Amino acid sequence: MDQTQPATGQAKNGHGPLLEVKDLQVEFRTKAGVAQAINGLNFTLNAGETLAILGESGSGKSVTAQTIMGILDMPPGHIAGGEIRYRGEDLLTMPAEKRRKLRGASISMIFQDALSSLNPVLPVGWQIAEMFRVHRGMKRKEARQKSIEMMRRVGIPAAEERVGDFPHQFSGGMRQRIMIAMAIALDPDVLIADEPTTALDVTVQAQVMRLLKELQVEYNMGLILITHDLGVVADVADKIAVMYAGRVMETADVYEIYRQPAHPYTRGLLQSIPRVDGQEDRLKAIPGLPPMLTDMPPGCPFNPRCEFATDRCRTERPELRQVASGHTSACHYAEKIHTLEEAQNEPV
Amino acid sequence: MSDTALHTQDPSRDPHQPSQAEVQDAKHTEEASLWADAWRTLRKNPWFIVAAALLVVLLTMAIFPQLFTNTDPRECLLSRSRQSPSAAHWFGTDVQGCDYYTRVVYGARNSIAIGFITTIGVFVVAVVMGLLAGYFGRMVDTVLARTADMVFAVPYILGALVFLNSIEDRGVTEVAGILIFFTWPTMMRLMRGSVLSVVNSEYVVAARALGAGHLTIMRRHILPNSLGPVIGYATVFVGIIVGAEATLTYLGVGLQLPSISWGLQLQNAQPYLQSHPHLILFPLIFVGLTVFGFMTLGDAVRDAIDPKGKK
Repeated sequence: MDQTQPATGQAKNGHGPLLEVKDLQVEFRTKAGVAQAINGLNFTLNAGETLAILGESGSGKSVTAQTIMGILDMPPGHIAGGEIRYRGEDLLTMPAEKRRKLRGASISMIFQDALSSLNPVLPVGWQIAEMFRVHRGMKRKEARQKSIEMMRRVGIPAAEERVGDFPHQFSGGMRQRIMIAMAIALDPDVLIADEPTTALDVTVQAQVMRLLKELQVEYNMGLILITHDLGVVADVADKIAVMYAGRVMETADVYEIYRQPAHPYTRGLLQSIPRVDGQEDRLKAIPGLPPMLTDMPPGCPFNPRCEFATDRCRTERPELRQVASGHTSACHYAEKIHTLEEAQNEPV
Repeated sequence: MSDTALHTQDPSRDPHQPSQAEVQDAKHTEEASLWADAWRTLRKNPWFIVAAALLVVLLTMAIFPQLFTNTDPRECLLSRSRQSPSAAHWFGTDVQGCDYYTRVVYGARNSIAIGFITTIGVFVVAVVMGLLAGYFGRMVDTVLARTADMVFAVPYILGALVFLNSIEDRGVTEVAGILIFFTWPTMMRLMRGSVLSVVNSEYVVAARALGAGHLTIMRRHILPNSLGPVIGYATVFVGIIVGAEATLTYLGVGLQLPSISWGLQLQNAQPYLQSHPHLILFPLIFVGLTVFGFMTLGDAVRDAIDPKGKK
């Protein structure tokens, strides 16, 4: 009955990374052509670790989440290659029924907009209880008790009274808490949060992020946080993967990336955060727009917008390679960019 | 500043406990489900009251005709054939000399029975097929939607005429069966469209992401969210079928004597349209009232369930 006890038993003691994405390629076959949404994505996630996938819209971060969860619309989506290994087992070649059972129980997800992610005609308690009934075959009464417990755990006041309420009767922050309660109800190993705070007020954002962090530590979950908000990332993430046009541009430890980015794109992103000290009166922005996924530029996908771009960047595609320990970058001049920031940051 | 001072002085105020107002608020809105909400809207709609009252009377008439008349509908005296309405015979008498009021009252049962049986049959077929077509899409949808189109292409009156004409012994079951066969596509299309509008909603994707299977998703998420418009239409549909039964029977392919139905009364009265218009008038009024009742009720129900349809 102890809810903190791992449901998957010994599985938690497995070796190797919890989740490993290897050379994942996802494309969308549309009338306008084939759009390369994800182009050779690699990352690993360990238990208790938070990986932030950072990127602007269209960079493929949400498609990554959908592909891992197996909720990608196919067609038009199509997985062109790669592996997604959960505890060593490839999710992509797994029988559909086995994979379905993993969803929600071992790998779970919360969505951006909790109001539209909850069924409007069912009470929230019922929806949380459904998790226990579908996956654990619990009786109605017992499941209801568990759902009250979960509601309390995610900080919903007066859980007993509110268990029969409908989603629209809750505030935005409370709804997201309910969504979180559903997602973690079965004690998953991996939790994917797709922009979990984007639809919320700034003050509520912080509360929800704190709750997520707390739960992650308590349940020792691997958390994948998908966001475009550098501010959110700084507080909670351990590792960051910066995505651009369907590929990872840079991965590093969260402090490292803020202090010493090794990719011009990351550098541009960091420079476009407004600073409180107000030393500059104009916000720096990255010029241009991300490339069309159906029409990728040759060479480095970032080259048309990059201030450091050379002829080499326009012809030869840079691969992700190590710059420093635990720090990789897909830039021909990664070392140069890396030291650039170091020099700048030193006097400050 | 004074605000904070007041609050800190209040010893009962614990930030971890919900405030009194919050708890009351929660209780207040507890019943605010879609259906409870729909019921509240319905009660305020005068048309709903009128239609519901009318239908209660007509349904009582169909189930307990004895409450409305003491006369036996089959007690007919040829000597009093075709009398005009009088104090003894409110609606006059028909060709066979039966009390016409009694005949009309007893006619409610068959007409409304066909309406209900057909509607229930069509509802089941339409909901199941529409749900499958809308949810699975692709091949399933193509097969089911094309089948519906093929049946839809045959005007139901024509189809019913052809098929019923070849059935010797036509009772309520036969007429209802043929009507179900030819009228389900409209409601199925409505259901399919309604399913399509919710099948891609985020809560369905979320349910999928949390491990719900096809059956669970269809039952718990799609069905309750897509049934509203179909329920409204099904109510209207009873009225449509009551009208269709009268039409078919009038054309001579519906129920047969010695059954008692409004359609049969209209058919038998046809030669006397000019000399004895009351024979046409009374069953026609009842058919009209029934159709009106179901249509109005259906509209009210649809408006209540589907707030988007409201002006």
